[in-house]
This record gives sequence, C-alpha cells and structure tokens, in this order.
Amino acid sequence: MSYEIIGITVLWLFLYGYLIVASVDFGAGFYAYYAKVTKKDHIINQLISRYLSPVWEVTNVFFVFFFVGIVGFFPDSAYYYGTALLVPGSIAIILLAIRGSFYAFENYGSKKSNLYMFLYGATGLLIPASLSIALTLSEGGFIFEENGKVSLDYFALFTSPYSWSVVFLAIVSVLFISASFLTFYAARANDLEALKLVRKYALFWATPTIIAALTTFIALGQHNERHYQNMFDYWWMFGLSVGFFMIAMWLIYEGKRYGLAFISVMLQFFFAFFGYGVSHFPYILDPYITVYENATHESTGIALIIVFIAGLFLLVPSLILLMRLFLFDADYVKGKK
Amino acid sequence: MMDLDPVLMSRLLTTITLVFHIIFATLGVGVPLMISIAEFIGIKKKDPHYIMLARRWARGFVIPVAIGVVTGTAIGLQLSLLWPEFMQAGGHVISLPLFMEVFAFFFEAIFLGIYMYTWDRFKNQMMHWWLSLPIIIGGALSAFFITTVNAFMNTPEGFKMGSDGFEAINPLETMFNPATPTKVFHVLASAYLTVAAILAAIAAFGLLRKKTKTYHKKALKLTVTLTFIFAIFTAIAGDLSAKFLAEYQPEKLAAAEWHFETEKNADLILFGWLNEDNEPEGVIRFPGLLSFLAFNDFNGEVIGLEEFPEEERPPLWIHYMFDLMVVIGFFLLGISFLYLLLSKLKRWNENNKWMLWMLVLSGPLAMLAIEFGWIYAEEGRQPWILRGYMTVEDAATTSPYVGWMFVLFLLLYIGLGVFGAVVLRKVFKNNPVEEELEKKYPTIEKGDQS
Repeated sequence: MSYEIIGITVLWLFLYGYLIVASVDFGAGFYAYYAKVTKKDHIINQLISRYLSPVWEVTNVFFVFFFVGIVGFFPDSAYYYGTALLVPGSIAIILLAIRGSFYAFENYGSKKSNLYMFLYGATGLLIPASLSIALTLSEGGFIFEENGKVSLDYFALFTSPYSWSVVFLAIVSVLFISASFLTFYAARANDLEALKLVRKYALFWATPTIIAALTTFIALGQHNERHYQNMFDYWWMFGLSVGFFMIAMWLIYEGKRYGLAFISVMLQFFFAFFGYGVSHFPYILDPYITVYENATHESTGIALIIVFIAGLFLLVPSLILLMRLFLFDADYVKGKK
Repeated sequence: MMDLDPVLMSRLLTTITLVFHIIFATLGVGVPLMISIAEFIGIKKKDPHYIMLARRWARGFVIPVAIGVVTGTAIGLQLSLLWPEFMQAGGHVISLPLFMEVFAFFFEAIFLGIYMYTWDRFKNQMMHWWLSLPIIIGGALSAFFITTVNAFMNTPEGFKMGSDGFEAINPLETMFNPATPTKVFHVLASAYLTVAAILAAIAAFGLLRKKTKTYHKKALKLTVTLTFIFAIFTAIAGDLSAKFLAEYQPEKLAAAEWHFETEKNADLILFGWLNEDNEPEGVIRFPGLLSFLAFNDFNGEVIGLEEFPEEERPPLWIHYMFDLMVVIGFFLLGISFLYLLLSKLKRWNENNKWMLWMLVLSGPLAMLAIEFGWIYAEEGRQPWILRGYMTVEDAATTSPYVGWMFVLFLLLYIGLGVFGAVVLRKVFKNNPVEEELEKKYPTIEKGDQS
C-alpha cells in the first residue's frame, strides 16, 4: 500500500473515532438541557457528567488529530479548505471553545444556570452542523479557484438540498449515537430510572436517523453523479450498515445486551462512514485535491506514518487504562468512587 | 471593517490568539511539575499540608487547562484558515512536529483526566503520584514539538528549494534546526520559572491576608526555591539564545539592541528612545557587554542592522520588549535569592510585608515577561514568516472576512478570560483552605494558626 492510502485511511479512522466520541458528548449536552427544561435533570445529569468529565479533553484531541493530519498528508487541503472555510471554521472553533471551557467552568459548581445549560445544549447541535459543512464542501461545486483566489459560494451552499440534508443527518445521528451510548452506560450503572428515559430517546431518534441517511443519499445523487454511482460499487457496506442498525434497534427494543447494541450502532456508522469515504475516492476535494496528486512528499509521509505507529503504542494502552478506570469500572459508573 | 487589509487582520488575529493562548500554555506546561513536586514531598514527609497544596493547585488547574485546550485548538485551525499558502508550502515540512505535538497532547490529556479523578482511588498514595509523570512529560513534549516548528520558521533548514517549493525534505533535520536547542531550553525554563513565581505570588498573598500560616509559609518556601532554581536556568537559556541570535539571526539581536553599525566591543543598552536620526538617547549603557553577550568576548564583532536591506529589518520597537523581558528575568532571580538569603539568616524575617508584596508582584511580572519575550521573538523575524523564504504578505489568506473574525475572537477571549477568572476565584473563595484542611485532616488543625 502506498503511503498516501495509509495516510487517508488513518485520517478517516480518526475522523470516525471523533464522530463517535464527539457524538456522545454533543448529544449528551442536548439531553442535559432537554432534561432540565422538562424537569428531569435530576435523573440523568449525574450520569452524564460522571462519564464526560474525565474524557472531554480526549474527545477534543481526536478532532485536532484529524485536521493536523490532513494538512500534514495533503498540504494543498490547507490552501483550498483554509481559505474557503475561514468563516464556518471560525464559527466552529468559537462554539467548541464555548463548550469546552464552560464545561470545565461548570464542573466547579456554579449553580447550573439556565444560560449555561442552554449554551451547552445548543452548541451540542450547532457544532456537528458547522463541522459537517466541510464534508459537504468536499463534494465540489461550492469552492472555486479563479486567478489564484479561492472562494466559497455561500449562496450555492445555503440553497443546496444536499448541504441541508447533511446538516440534518449530522444532528439526528448525534442524538441517536449519544442516546444509545447513554442507554448502555445507564444500564451499566444500574440506574433504571435514567435507563428508561435514555432508552426512549434512542428508540425515538432511530427513525429520523435512517430517513436522513436516505434523503442524504438521494440528494448526493443530484449533486455529485460520479460519487453516487461509485456508492453502488460498495453497496454491501451500506447493506451491512443497515443490518447492524436493525440489530441495534432490536436489542434496545427488547431491552437486553445494551453493550452489544451500542457496538452495533458503532458498526452501523463504521460501514456507512467507510462506504461513503471509499466511494469518495480519489478526491479529497472534488476536483481540486486528490489523494494521489496532492499528497505530501514521500519522506514526510513516511515519517508521519512512523510517528503514527509509535504514537499508537503510547495511546492505545493509555486509552485502555482510561476506559478501565471510568467506563468499565462498575463502581465508578455507579457513583461509588 | 470589510475593506481592511486581510494581511494585517490575519496578523492581528493570530497575535491575539497567541497572546491569549500562551498564558494558558505556560501554565499547562509548568503547573503539573509543581503539583507533582508538592505531592511527592507530601507523601515522603507524610505532611498533609503539601498534599493539600497539590490538591488545591490541581483543582485550580482545570480551568486554565480548559481555556488552554480550546485556544490551542483555535490556533491549530487558524494556522490553515489564516495562513493557507504558508501551510500549503510549509505543511510538507512542519506537519511532522505538529503531528507529534498532537500525540503528546493526547497522552497528556488522557493522564490529566485520570489524575484529576483518582485522588482517593488508590490505597497506595504513590500510585496516584506516578500518574502525574505522564502529564509532565506530555506537557514538556508538547512544548518541545511546537517550539521546533517555531524554530524552523526562524532558521529553516533540512530541505532544498525546487521549482515546486520544498524538495528533498529531511524531516529530522528540519526539526533539529539551529534554533531548536536554545528555543526549547528557553521556553521550558521560563515556563517553569513563571509558574513557580505565580504560585509563589498566590502563597505570598495568602500570607498577607493572614490566612492559614503554616500552609502558606510552606507553599511560599517551596515555590520561591523553585523560582530561584528556574530563574538561573532561564538566565543561562537567555544567554545561549543571545549567542545563537548573534550567529544565525543577527538582525533580530541588532534590532533589539538598536545596534546599527557593525562593530567590535559593542555596548549593551537598556531603554531610552530614538531621536530623528535613529540614534539612541537617554539609554543606560553597558560598555562592551553586547559583544560579551553575543560571543563571550568583549571584542567580538556584532553585526549591525545596516548590513540588511531596509525592507528586511524587524521593527525597532522590539527593543523595549527585549529590555522588559530581561529586566523582569533578573528581578525574579534577585527577589527569590533575597528571600532565600533572608530565610537562612536567623535574624531576619523573610516573610516581612515588603518581601511578600514583592513576591506578589513577581507572579504577574513573570507572565508579562513571557508575553514580551514571545512578542520580541515573533516581531523580531518580521517581515518573514519563513525567514529567507516567505514573507507574511505572501502567506496570508485572501478572504475578505478576516476583520469580522477578529472581532468575534476578541469577544470570545474577553469572555473566556473574565469568566475563567470569576470561576477560579469562586472555586477558592467558597472553599477556603482552613476548612478543607480541617475536614480532611482533623488532627493537624490545632496549632496551625500560630
């Protein structure tokens, strides 16, 4: 395998990792606010904050990893996306900043103010929406280069059915992934009251998620014919995705094996995300950046991969330790430690 | 707003982000070391005061960490958003250290989460202490990697220039470029120095307010000792940096010292101003010292600004940045030495009011010195973004919206700064150390008010 392919695969894996861990975080923010409004906050907020407090910073690193990596492997993406994304990117940074820092501020017990909870919940939905714009742009038709100047066609972006369906898909997926994780976590903590509530959320958001996936698929067909056709070559990946979705729904509906249900949700998104990614090939930004033509020099690419492997030796054991201490330690989850 | 020059606005936006971020980055590098030292002493001496010190520092630390993380994310993205052409060309070279920096940050983030939430989870206290080491290492490595990027921008090496930009890149050579050793040394030493000085200032302030005396006295003794040690390291690092500049970036040193003509036995000058003919006036002059600073030789020949074309000279106001940084550095060294000296002499009370106020002052001053030092280092390589290869004008975004983004981020930083300070104050005000000590260690409280 050439280093470009390894590079993009690694980056895609990390983006997928971010998709999962960030969805749990962002969705939790929305549910915390929703619970407050519906006066059910005493039921689930304890659960949410116990899981999220030790890991929010790690979540953030997945994102940093991705954007540093893509600029490293494909420096031309900095040129095109950098210029075009100045406004949406800056807005996303500001939302992330509000969320990340207020999260720590809140830890120190200023009474959970309504404004804070609102910001926490609202950013949880706005961030996925603003970040998903980068995926929309990658399909081409929104970024143009003329006379050495890169610009973003905001009108085309805001009037495109495709961009709106991506935003919608991002939001409902976040809520669905988060609810299915919280269901697992509540079951683990033996918190039956919370479990009842978050299980309901998971069942509720399943339908819009699958509908949004379909509409996005159709909208993509109208926007980028080439990509749409490629997707049919990987029909089995999308088939597996739907299969795992059904397994997850069945388990949650039956009220058993929530851990397996969450893994199924992860696999559902894994296959959908990789099916989408592999059919996007070879473009990173249609038609300006391709994996082969715009990769970094070989020496840098290989150095990056070496560092990546060395880094994994450091990261994987640390992440396992983190999970064992906070995610799979039954006493901690139940609030005894 | 809209028709402002994107280059200028990109520079300003990068400046406010970095000026704000380095406050928290410095704390992020230094505080874990101090926490770890205090916890170690506490465990070894079986002294609950030190453990409480570590706990309270750690608790307060979460807020700067959070702001550091989000502003660090901001600058990471802004590199591409504001300087797309620089990242397009330079990405081939600097992505490796950037990537490693993320790994170090990852490592640090994981263990910081573990450390913060496991204070009472292990029977053996040393288990918890061991968890602090990866945080310190991760923080220091982050600083190291990111500093190599900055060093590369100052002295780019390890590649050839071809028709398509960089070619024949040797990633290790680019990282270990001539500026790397002195920069890293100076950054780390000064970060530890600054954090020690800030924690000393807090302890001194506690003593002035007649708070729990034993606790604050111990805190002060520890932090001032560390201040002194790191002030020495910082002074050595500063000296080595000056020698590096004299050899590799003489225009930066010359601009800092208003040294126009190449000459032997060059004078070092402090403060003053420039008259209409660009001659320094009202300065404090140290004969021959600049030559000595640059080459360890009073007769060394220091290159002057006249050797450089006018459009490649840094702005002359960086002289003040340089002076302020150096003066504060020596103030910190002096004040911490004085404190330690007084504490050795039985006749004197090292915790007298004057001393304490000076120490309170030294904390914020140290942070200011960090800012001055970075402004000096960054402005000192103007007009280059990659010295000798690319100017900032050629690197900035062409997007017309930078002005608006500047306003947005300015508001964000003001909000974060104010809110962070308010919350930090609340954390400690609602939970005074006397009460916490009493709750946790009921036995030691008697006799602590002496």
